[in-house]
Amino acid sequence: MSIEVRHVTKRFGGFVASDDVSFVAPEGQVTSLLGPSGSGKSTLLRVIAGLEPPDAGEVYITGSDATWVRAQDRGVGFVFQHYALFRHMTVAENVGFGLVVRKQKRSEVRARVAELLRLVQLDGLADRYPAQLSGGQRQRVALARALAPRPRVLLLDEPFGALDARVREELRAWLRKLHDEVHMTTLLVTHDQEEAMELSDRVVVMNRGKIEQVGSPDDIYDQPATPFVAEFIGSTNRLEVKLDGDRASVEGHRVDLPPGVLQRDGSGESVAWYVRPHEVELRLVSGRGAIPSDVVRIMRLGWVVKLELRLPSGRVVLVQQTREQVDELGLAPGDLVYLALRGAKAFPAAYSI
Amino acid sequence: MPSSEATAAVRIGARPPLRPGAALGRVLLLLVPGAYLAALLLAPLFAVVRAAFAHGPLAFAAAVSSPLALHAFAMTALTTAVAVVLNTAFGLAIAWVLVRDDFRGRRLLSGLVDLPFAVSPVMIGLMAMLLFGTGGWLLPATRALHLRVLFGWPAMALATTFVSLPLVVRELVPVLEEAGIAEEEAARTLGASRWQTLRHVVLPTVRWGLLYGVVLTTARCLGEFGAVLLVSGAMPGQTETATLLVYRLLEERRDAEAHAVAVVLATASVALLAAMKLVESRRNREHAAEGAA
Repeated sequence: MSIEVRHVTKRFGGFVASDDVSFVAPEGQVTSLLGPSGSGKSTLLRVIAGLEPPDAGEVYITGSDATWVRAQDRGVGFVFQHYALFRHMTVAENVGFGLVVRKQKRSEVRARVAELLRLVQLDGLADRYPAQLSGGQRQRVALARALAPRPRVLLLDEPFGALDARVREELRAWLRKLHDEVHMTTLLVTHDQEEAMELSDRVVVMNRGKIEQVGSPDDIYDQPATPFVAEFIGSTNRLEVKLDGDRASVEGHRVDLPPGVLQRDGSGESVAWYVRPHEVELRLVSGRGAIPSDVVRIMRLGWVVKLELRLPSGRVVLVQQTREQVDELGLAPGDLVYLALRGAKAFPAAYSI
Repeated sequence: MPSSEATAAVRIGARPPLRPGAALGRVLLLLVPGAYLAALLLAPLFAVVRAAFAHGPLAFAAAVSSPLALHAFAMTALTTAVAVVLNTAFGLAIAWVLVRDDFRGRRLLSGLVDLPFAVSPVMIGLMAMLLFGTGGWLLPATRALHLRVLFGWPAMALATTFVSLPLVVRELVPVLEEAGIAEEEAARTLGASRWQTLRHVVLPTVRWGLLYGVVLTTARCLGEFGAVLLVSGAMPGQTETATLLVYRLLEERRDAEAHAVAVVLATASVALLAAMKLVESRRNREHAAEGAA
């Protein structure tokens, strides 16, 4: 029940939405297509669903070539960002639509609709019209409708994009729970990295119609394969580093190679280190490998405290500490503080996004 | 959409109290268009009705139930029926193509659809004569089929169809545009064929717009005169529609009978107008109910 995309290319005029893309969404898992808008992830999903024909390449669903199978015969469940519920039908009619058009018996349709409405916890709303529901309820109806004909795979196109933050989080947790019950091969398109990280077993990071990296949520966070992934997933600071033999210097200050960075990384004399906000340690006194900086701003977000520090060159670095750490140092804006790197990921400096 | 909600709230909310001078202004504002419409629309209607019954209800009944009058009503019904059926089917197809397809010449096609409104019906009649009359381009084809087009009901129906072509299309295009394509795509991924999608998703979505277009088309067809006059030959009892009959009766100075037939036509139009308003209010109510769906 896997989805396999092989060398799919799709152009719209001169714009290449999907450029020779290949990946696999394994059976029974949730795979996310994650990328900024315009990265081609939605196009790819529509190609898989049969809503757009690819210019080249093949789509395999459950091991068989579905590239030229009509959308209505593909057996995919598709959930749209803006629900796309049939506005003139009740909730029950919406959910039953996929069964009615397949000419299933009335009693079977009724039983399956009831079963799905229970699954998405909307039992009492069968006779309502979509306009009478909240956004979160509509999206659950859309999900029930997509699942009703027992599709082979489930495709979700920015399913929570139109909802407000709290509903989005609730639905996300609920969807993950639902998946753990149903175990359907699921492909989710999102631009929200938190959503992708929380829901997926596997993340496919896309940029400009190409795949940047495929891996588990931990993989892409801890081991970004490209500077794009390092910058797109979580926040990060880019520091330009000069290498001279076995010495490294940042902004003219000699530093030790942080853990995770090898001498050969970058291999030229100019590399960039991508340092996560929490991979920085702050000190009040100068010492080996410490870079001086000014505290510009302190943002207290409960347990987490974010600090903006300005290096002598004027470059601003974002640092994240716990409240305890900051209180211990007694920092205030304008203070001088020294930062030491606790980790980084090195890439050639020539790269720019 | 908060802005539309806000305007809706303003519309529903109570009117603010008026300044003393403003009340007079409002009365004037109502009176002027009221008088204008009364003079232009109601007075002639009243005059026609009065004239129709000038010789009493029996004369009226005799005028509208004479064999020639009945035949004229039947011809009007026939040409209208053909035009409505054709323009509903093809209007749906044209609107669909204009909204859902992107191709070279789409704007040109969109402009062409409005041509019947821009061109005088008399010219349309002339064009039909050039196509189907003596030496016309299509005459050999219709001859081969033993079909008498010009001066027969086919040409009359064709001219009426042509004249009323844009109405259904123009009603449907904005409705289809607003509905968007997502519901149709959803239907396809759920296993619906094109036919099932049309029947279960598209038609219910556009039903009020379509009905409104059909009613408008019917009203336009009932009143068609110029194009039909030219292509029919206006032969009494054969190719004479109700409007043509009114014209001939007036020419023959049988005013009372002409008025009687005209009153029947006007009654049909008023009934259609009422139907139109009913459709409109139902549509507005459902739009409000379907709201942001």
